[in-house]
Amino acid sequence: MDTPAVRVRGLRKTYGDVVAVDGLDLEVSRGECFGLLGPNGAGKTTTIEICEGLTEPDGGEVEVLGQRWRDDPAGLRQHLGIQLQETQLAEKLTVEETVRLFRSFFRNGPATEHVIGLVRLQEKGRSRVGTLSGGQKQRLALACALVGDPELLFLDEPTTGLDPQARRQLWDLIDELRRAGRSIILTTHYMEEAEQLCERVGIMDHGKVIALGSPRELVASMGADHVVEFSTDGAGPDGARLDPLALGALEGVRDVQADDGTVRLQVTRLHQAVPALLAELNRQGVPLAELRTHSATLEDVFVGLTGRHLRDE
Amino acid sequence: MNDHPLAQLVLVRFREFAREPEAVFWTFVFPVLIAAGLGIAFRSRPPEIVTVGVVGHDLAAVFEAASGLEAEPYPDAAAGRQALRNGDVALVVEPGPDGTVRYRYDDTNPEGRSARALADQAVQVAAGRTDPVTSGDELVREPGSRYIDFLIPGLLGMTLMGGSIWSMGFSIVDARRRKLLKRLVATPMPRHYFLLSYLLARLVMLVFEVGAILLFGALVFGVPLRGSLVLLVGLCLLGALSFGAIGLLLSSRARTIEAVSGLMNFVMLPMWVLSGVFFSSQRFPDLVQPAIKALPLTALIDGLRANMLQGAGVLDVAPQFGILGVWLIVCFVVALKLFRWR
Repeated sequence: MDTPAVRVRGLRKTYGDVVAVDGLDLEVSRGECFGLLGPNGAGKTTTIEICEGLTEPDGGEVEVLGQRWRDDPAGLRQHLGIQLQETQLAEKLTVEETVRLFRSFFRNGPATEHVIGLVRLQEKGRSRVGTLSGGQKQRLALACALVGDPELLFLDEPTTGLDPQARRQLWDLIDELRRAGRSIILTTHYMEEAEQLCERVGIMDHGKVIALGSPRELVASMGADHVVEFSTDGAGPDGARLDPLALGALEGVRDVQADDGTVRLQVTRLHQAVPALLAELNRQGVPLAELRTHSATLEDVFVGLTGRHLRDE
Repeated sequence: MNDHPLAQLVLVRFREFAREPEAVFWTFVFPVLIAAGLGIAFRSRPPEIVTVGVVGHDLAAVFEAASGLEAEPYPDAAAGRQALRNGDVALVVEPGPDGTVRYRYDDTNPEGRSARALADQAVQVAAGRTDPVTSGDELVREPGSRYIDFLIPGLLGMTLMGGSIWSMGFSIVDARRRKLLKRLVATPMPRHYFLLSYLLARLVMLVFEVGAILLFGALVFGVPLRGSLVLLVGLCLLGALSFGAIGLLLSSRARTIEAVSGLMNFVMLPMWVLSGVFFSSQRFPDLVQPAIKALPLTALIDGLRANMLQGAGVLDVAPQFGILGVWLIVCFVVALKLFRWR
């Protein structure tokens, strides 16, 4: 148990001209739930599929549960549970038949009915996969990852495309698995998901991890716990234009980003910063069109680091 | 409680097949319908009475007396020619000067030629000709020489080809498109089990496919099974495996159903035409005969016909076994090399 669940050193992978993973280092300890957070195209899926032994890296080292892929892939797979992005299981089979098929590939593991119970699909056991809702299909995919009683679970965007309720159900399930002591690596572009489930998060962009730590640490690293966003109606009645530079000097404001008429302020003391902002806009003679505030999140960390939103693409 | 992965994979094949009503129809019902339809269309009929047009009453009496002929009298030569043009009769007999007889017919029409032969025979005999050689007829109408007997082995071969290639192609490419193949190789499943499950499922399906056609042919039309059943089963097995390997090869790279459908039709269509399913492949020019003989469907159908209709033994169909074996090995090896799992 002393080796980490996953250790990656200097990982590189290119597809033609596109560098998908660019010298990535990563270490995930046993029993940890680790999240790779980033926008589409950041290299999350390529990274996780290299760890899963499905994609050959161009360079770098990968150790999974202390083993390398080339040594004994079939033996290693016995200990892994994998959920791929966008797998469509056979629609004509029932839930039970599907889980039983996947169960037959593993030497050890719980009984089929037990796994179906774990993902709360007992009542759907005899239903065809084609009749399941999106959330039920994702839970079935999770069941297929759990049949071998895996030490390490890979979940690639487990809740993408689900409605909020189905997403919350799946979060509860993953949380249970985490508490049961399994190591989990998941990718997501939902910052709420990473905040809810992961003990540590690696924020990825352009094939690199650009920030690493617990969600709390990452948010704290911004040095501001609130974000104020506002937009103005362009020029004021007497032709005055907003001067963003003056905003940085306001009380409690740590950072100012302006683009496309929207201004984002990272602030520490919201109750002082907002009145100060309103007074400043009044002084500049610029009318306010919209004003929003929220507690700082991982999304704000990403925006602070890259100037882009997670779901820009 | 631990299920064997191969058993589970084969079970999945059956479940997917049985839950696809169209597949069941095309596999079992379609060939039987074709056999029934063609069997009825080409059923054996009593010999036809040939009708000949006759101008003038004197000649008509000659034909009424002859067997197998019936005279249709016309008042004059013009009416006779009109009937010939309409296709009412294939031959018109006109009296000539000085007791001669003139036959009017199209010599590229086999019916016209046989009517002329029959009519001339009747005319000559009526005039007192005696044949120098005495001849007698031995009539043969036993099973084996009818069209349906020719057709059933052809349909059998066609079903084996279509069943193997279609079931492999669609199912494998669909699994690849859904990323199910990729999901399966992410488990410890041994990869050869997956491919093996298709071949095993084919062999079981084969019993039903072959059984349906053979039973139908034997019970409804009395199609003969003159060769050994073991050899027949062996031919069907090898045929199914060879076409299974071809199906595997066709589906080894394709990512879309459209792509694999095109490939499958491209491969199967020439064989439907060339390999003698509905008519003998001997009709094609001698130059291309070696190529046609090398096609797997030709080899299978030739082997089946030799076994069922002529009672041929193992040595007689050894060349066909050889051709099918080569297709099986080459396609399987190449398919394994090319196969794309994701």
